[in-house]
Amino acid sequence: MRDFYGVMLDSPLMLGTAQYPSPSVMQQAFAASGASVATVSLRRESGQGQAFGQMVRDLGIHILPNTAGCHNAREAITTAQMAREVFETNWIKLEVIGHADTLQPDPFGLLDAAETLSADGFDVFPYTTEDQVLAQRLIDAGCRVLMPWGAPIGSGMGLNNRYGLRTLRAAFPDIPMVIDAGLGLPSHAADALEMGFDAVLLNSAVTQAGDPVAMARAFGLAVQAGTLATQADPMGVRDMGAPSTPLIGKAWL
Amino acid sequence: MKIELNGTPRQITAGNVADALVELGWADARVATALNGDFLPTAARAGQPLQDGDRLEVLAPMQGG
Repeated sequence: MRDFYGVMLDSPLMLGTAQYPSPSVMQQAFAASGASVATVSLRRESGQGQAFGQMVRDLGIHILPNTAGCHNAREAITTAQMAREVFETNWIKLEVIGHADTLQPDPFGLLDAAETLSADGFDVFPYTTEDQVLAQRLIDAGCRVLMPWGAPIGSGMGLNNRYGLRTLRAAFPDIPMVIDAGLGLPSHAADALEMGFDAVLLNSAVTQAGDPVAMARAFGLAVQAGTLATQADPMGVRDMGAPSTPLIGKAWL
Repeated sequence: MKIELNGTPRQITAGNVADALVELGWADARVATALNGDFLPTAARAGQPLQDGDRLEVLAPMQGG
């Protein structure tokens, strides 16, 4: 497991806390998944925030606050500063949304915010695309983790641009990378890990399932399988068939 | 004076942000504040006077993905 700003995670699964049918289902889903990180947000206090904050702390895993819903660098920077105080962590999942339909990041606002926050001592987890040039700029800005999307947030499509993700992974072998957003099935998570990504972050894939707790467990198993498979040094792919059963000793019929 | 609290007009008597949080029932709550769009750290609340028309945001943990 890679080093995420000095933290070695027990599991490569990061799970969101939104959209569960009840707090109890959320707790059961986290327990079933074995997730090592919970993502959270900040919103106007309406009477529910204190209890929810305690519930998340009681999960006993790392908390990763986000800047979800921010559409420019200034909003995201202010939100990050507020999150650091409330959650007492330098970790921030930096989202600067650039398009209302695709929810893809605004690369310019993202880079601006990443520069400011990194200089201010934050451990920035930037929600980005598979764009290699942007990745380099984010690293230059101080990011030591990248979070490329698999597909648009909440779409469940999986790894949309395998070529782009593969080349991104190959271009920065020493940077921990989390596939964030767009996963729909446990096989997508295993696929991401088998491609060499270090972790996955998801929310809707679990909460939109008919049985969120069972799906959370399925994702937990998938990331274990993906991790083991990667460590086991998978076979190479070839164009032609190669018999696995020995030909020696075959009868002459 | 009248301020805008989390987007809603609100009459308060407190003269600074720390006292305003006490008046609003958030004395011991884990909240973060922003005044007129800028982050206001906890340590700066008592020294931050409130003025008529100020926009005060009080944020707390919420579900997120």
